[in-house]
Amino acid sequence: MTSGTIVATAAPPRTSRWSIFGWFAFASLVASQAVAIVTSPPDRDMGDLQKIMYVHVPAAWMTMLAPLTVLVFAMKYLWSRREEDDLLAAAAAEVAATFAGLTLLLGMIWARPTWGVWWTWDARLTSTLVLFLILAGYLALRALVDDRERRAQWSAAVGILGAINVPIVYMSVRWWRTIHQIQSSPSTVDPAYVLGLRLNAFAFLFVMIYLIRRRYEAALMLRAAEHAAEDAALRGGRGSRAS
Amino acid sequence: MALRDEWRRARAIAWKDLTAERRSKAAFNSVIALAVTILVMFGFALGPDAQAIRDAAPGAIWLAALFAGVLAFNRSYQMELDGGALEQLLLYPGSRRMIFAGKLLANFALVASMLAIVVALGIVLFQVRIPAEWPALVAILFFGCVGLVTLGTFYAALASRSRAREVLLPLLLFPMLVPVLIAAVDATKALLGGNLLGDAGAWARLLAAFDIIFLVASFLAFELVIEV
Amino acid sequence: MMSAPVPAVDAADVARRFGASWVLRGVTLSVAPGEVVGLLGANGTGKSTLLRILATLLRPHAGSLRVCGHDVVRAPADVRPRIGYLAHVPGLYDDLTARENLHFAAAMLDRPSGECETALERVGLAAVANDRVRGFSSGMQRRLAIARLMLVRPRLLLLDEPYSNLDGPGADLMNSLITDWTSAGAAALVVLHELAPAANVLDRTVTLVDGRLATISPDVHRHTGLTLRAGS
Repeated sequence: MTSGTIVATAAPPRTSRWSIFGWFAFASLVASQAVAIVTSPPDRDMGDLQKIMYVHVPAAWMTMLAPLTVLVFAMKYLWSRREEDDLLAAAAAEVAATFAGLTLLLGMIWARPTWGVWWTWDARLTSTLVLFLILAGYLALRALVDDRERRAQWSAAVGILGAINVPIVYMSVRWWRTIHQIQSSPSTVDPAYVLGLRLNAFAFLFVMIYLIRRRYEAALMLRAAEHAAEDAALRGGRGSRAS
Repeated sequence: MALRDEWRRARAIAWKDLTAERRSKAAFNSVIALAVTILVMFGFALGPDAQAIRDAAPGAIWLAALFAGVLAFNRSYQMELDGGALEQLLLYPGSRRMIFAGKLLANFALVASMLAIVVALGIVLFQVRIPAEWPALVAILFFGCVGLVTLGTFYAALASRSRAREVLLPLLLFPMLVPVLIAAVDATKALLGGNLLGDAGAWARLLAAFDIIFLVASFLAFELVIEV
Repeated sequence: MMSAPVPAVDAADVARRFGASWVLRGVTLSVAPGEVVGLLGANGTGKSTLLRILATLLRPHAGSLRVCGHDVVRAPADVRPRIGYLAHVPGLYDDLTARENLHFAAAMLDRPSGECETALERVGLAAVANDRVRGFSSGMQRRLAIARLMLVRPRLLLLDEPYSNLDGPGADLMNSLITDWTSAGAAALVVLHELAPAANVLDRTVTLVDGRLATISPDVHRHTGLTLRAGS
């Protein structure tokens, strides 16, 4: 289980398949937003402000989904010991953190006109905030560890534990909020909104997959460059001495 | 039998940690001092209105324990790093997970003692009335402490060996402890407020589940963080 | 038909990098059981790194490496019980006494505690056994580390500059222990700064230059006036 890491050497080809997928993802996003905005009636309390839900809620769902990706690829890395899997897990974590930030920002934009405050400690928003912090910790760890093998192994451990905690955090925050009954985000079950939400959920999923893929490709390119430099240093003359 | 050997090694490590601690008292004294200081600062920040600080007592107690705990966890690995003892520790036969088990036991003894002192002081400073259900309160404190020490011992194994360790440990640990903090503070509040609606029971079950899940997960994953 | 004994060390093209620069660039080395090999080289050439890779504390980035027949990367848990590693740093617990440090090691190694007393006697620390290591000089700490090594019963000794911090009698103690261990069949790889203290126990020396090993010719030893234990 603890054998050496298999190095990622080749840079990925920039396949036109992924570029096509990217166009498709963004097109579906535009289309879903259009459908949702046009077909849903204004909310009786919030009016057209309700439509921010079509971005805020799918972003929140993606934020919950992305740690699952981190979990899967962290576990895959521990099994395969291939650097690619570690880099993919890290790419997923970065994209997840971005979606978390987006969710929080949109939540605040919604909260201000609705409740008059920038932040409500509602269950979804608060869980997302905690998740954002867990991801920030994961990324900080990667930034502070230079040795590649150590970084991959530690990230896998931290990523797995963090991912395990996501449902627990969500549950405990929701209990906390129901006990204390604070104002919450608008319901997502009103049938008038379901179509718009479902369409946008899929669109966001496609966009997220595309973003993770591109981030992963960038990491692979960087890694290939590093490896080429190391190879040259090994075959060539003296490198600088390390004690 | 191999299991007996492993358990003996874990006990040896726990004994070693506690003996070294008992002699130098460096960690114990500074951890207690920090916890007490934080508690007192909370008193100043939230008081002096009696009702306000009584309401804030559970939160202040647990936060003091969390911040002081970070000190204890990093120190637990510091003693291995100072003289290069960690490498020798890694060379002994048997599973490296016993290092986690031993340090977990030692840290629990240390942090539980600290928590007891903080709670006692909190009851005094924050004018809290000791509830009739104090055994339930002790159970909550126990489960919360286990969760804190489990994750603290785990994350300190890597934070103590990274750059910016003072920042990295809280950054990694505190978000992971949100369920513990929520459950422990709310359950403590419920018990101190004489709330018998079963809130405390539900929180206790959450804490126990959290403890079991992360005891197992940390134990299994420890090899990954200590060996490299 | 007699089969060749399993070499204590069988390394081929071992390489290790720190960041972007390579410390070891392809080390090939074979050490037979009972052999004592001195490892020389200027500061920063990777001698300690090689030892730590052999001790399973670091993983090589290239090459293959077997210790007593076990692969260091794939089966480190099989290698570890056979290794005795004397590091440059003492690796002791300052707040414990000498005796307590050894008892802890004995508990971890599954040795009876009686062996601790024997070890303490042999290294000459019996009188200060109940004193805390914090007050020990570096020479005394080195002796205690050697005592701990006696509990291990290794097949391969990895000694990183064992003579530093040791006075004359200390160096003699080290040499007599090396002789005891090797006559029981163990091999030793000894990182050295200078040949003099170890001259009587070394079989041969190798030098790390630019990340690779070179063997010093016997002529060099003649010029320096040193004779090794077994003529190279």
